[in-house]
Amino acid sequence: MRKKQTLTWRNKSRPYLFLLPSMTGVGIFIFFPFLDVLRRSFLDAMGADYVGMENYLTVIGKSSFQLAVWNTVRFIAVCIPLLMVLSLAIAVMINGITKLRELLKTVFLFPMAIPVASIVVLWRLVFDSSGFLNQFIDTFHISPVDWMNGPSAFYVLVFSYLWKNTGYDMVLWLAGLYAVPESLYEAARIDGAGRKDCFIHITLPMLRPTAAMLAVLSLVNSFKVFREAYLIAGDYPHKSIYMLQHLFNNWFVKLDIQKMSAASVMMALTVALIMIGVHMSNEKKT
Amino acid sequence: MKRKHNWTVAGLAVLSSVIWFPLFYMAGQSFMGNWELIQNTGAVLSGTKGRVHFALLPRFPTLSPYVELLLDSPGFFVMFWNSCKQVFPILAGQLLLGMPAAWALGRYRFRGRSFIMLLYMILMIMPFQVTMVSGYLVLKRFQLLDTHLALILPGIFNTFPVFIMTKAFAGIPDSLMEAARIDGAGEFRIFFSIGIPMALPGIISAMVLGFLEYWNVIEQPMTFLKTKSLWPLSLYLPNITSDKINVSFAASIVMMLPAVLLFLWGQKYLEQGIAASGLKE
Repeated sequence: MRKKQTLTWRNKSRPYLFLLPSMTGVGIFIFFPFLDVLRRSFLDAMGADYVGMENYLTVIGKSSFQLAVWNTVRFIAVCIPLLMVLSLAIAVMINGITKLRELLKTVFLFPMAIPVASIVVLWRLVFDSSGFLNQFIDTFHISPVDWMNGPSAFYVLVFSYLWKNTGYDMVLWLAGLYAVPESLYEAARIDGAGRKDCFIHITLPMLRPTAAMLAVLSLVNSFKVFREAYLIAGDYPHKSIYMLQHLFNNWFVKLDIQKMSAASVMMALTVALIMIGVHMSNEKKT
Repeated sequence: MKRKHNWTVAGLAVLSSVIWFPLFYMAGQSFMGNWELIQNTGAVLSGTKGRVHFALLPRFPTLSPYVELLLDSPGFFVMFWNSCKQVFPILAGQLLLGMPAAWALGRYRFRGRSFIMLLYMILMIMPFQVTMVSGYLVLKRFQLLDTHLALILPGIFNTFPVFIMTKAFAGIPDSLMEAARIDGAGEFRIFFSIGIPMALPGIISAMVLGFLEYWNVIEQPMTFLKTKSLWPLSLYLPNITSDKINVSFAASIVMMLPAVLLFLWGQKYLEQGIAASGLKE
């Protein structure tokens, strides 16, 4: 009797045993420090007195914060639909061919392997005010543009984001496309549906769950565009690409823990709510 | 039908040139001598007056940029080595601690499982900026700031590889486990002799994705490492390229090389890993 009890206890505790090392580290380095930051976001600069929402109100009131949020939201709103449509188009095209298929997949995925630091020198050559792009448009008698120091900096960043991420999203779309049962298409064809009908009425609805998670992953990756922005344009780039990442960085240099804490909490909440939303809608469907 | 097919291939080939063309250009520049490079790119890269000249291939190909980089740039070596010292311990730690966690999440049903899973998923998609202050404070308390460990320890506990490996373990057919259990194998034994070998492709995917991520890391060293001699190549490279125009392209190519080779070898795993990163459990 006693032996049986210890045995089930052992069985029950086993998964926790496997999890323990990982969870301890996650707790020490990520989770509890973040709870500490949550606590600090309600305290004053000395970390002694409770000040309620004051830090939050200060942060929200800052014009630099508003600019950074606006730019980040604008970047995401422009990039993610563009990226999703472009990568879907490429995935559908690749799915429809047999010749050169693997080679083309390799090429589109390639930028994932290219460290930002090693391609930055080329972006500078292209987008500098005396760079290749200006020289090129000069042949059409268009006056040169200082790409990185004007509103166009935003689009340079959009371009480098698309360059880097199209392959990743293409693979996710392809995985979604493979999962659509061939029998659905066959049935539709027997009913006389054309290729366009098949795409609109079968492929797109079947890809909906893929699209939701793809949007989330693209969102995560969009924050990494800071790497390009920073390496090309530095701490204080043109104000059209001054994003939350820059703001955090500059507050960090001043060690402005209060503002950073409040801003981190708001950012974490936003991301967590999006994640939980996607998670719940996926659970519901399956 | 056949013709349509060819048009698609042609269209894709044109689109893909946006990707291979820059890389081809970089490779070409890396074999140019100092004089030719300055003539072609000096107007942008070193501020000499004049125009940039577009040339895909060197007129006088030479290995001298590589020779100079490998023999004459001690800084480059230090940074290259720093990158290795940071990336490989992170990957080793992710294997050692992440694999058992993934095994638990992928193979057992227990109380709290779905909560832990959701927590790990939320943590894995958090942008670096969210954990920037908390990371700084905890590393400061342990006096780890400005050491390699400031990158390595938080890197090990990234929950993304756990997620990928969880999917790999969950995909192993139950019958295999049952058979081993009937033969009297213990749970640890099953983990090592069935779990790990069967989930190996997924584990490799997680490692390939991890390498590409950490070889390219910018934000973390920028925040947690003050001393430039500890910087990884990914952060330091732009400094080299603006100081020494003659090695700039060679340095970029050498930095790409490990990532590109790994990519060419492990593209299959990479694709599996990406597909598994689809957030559905």
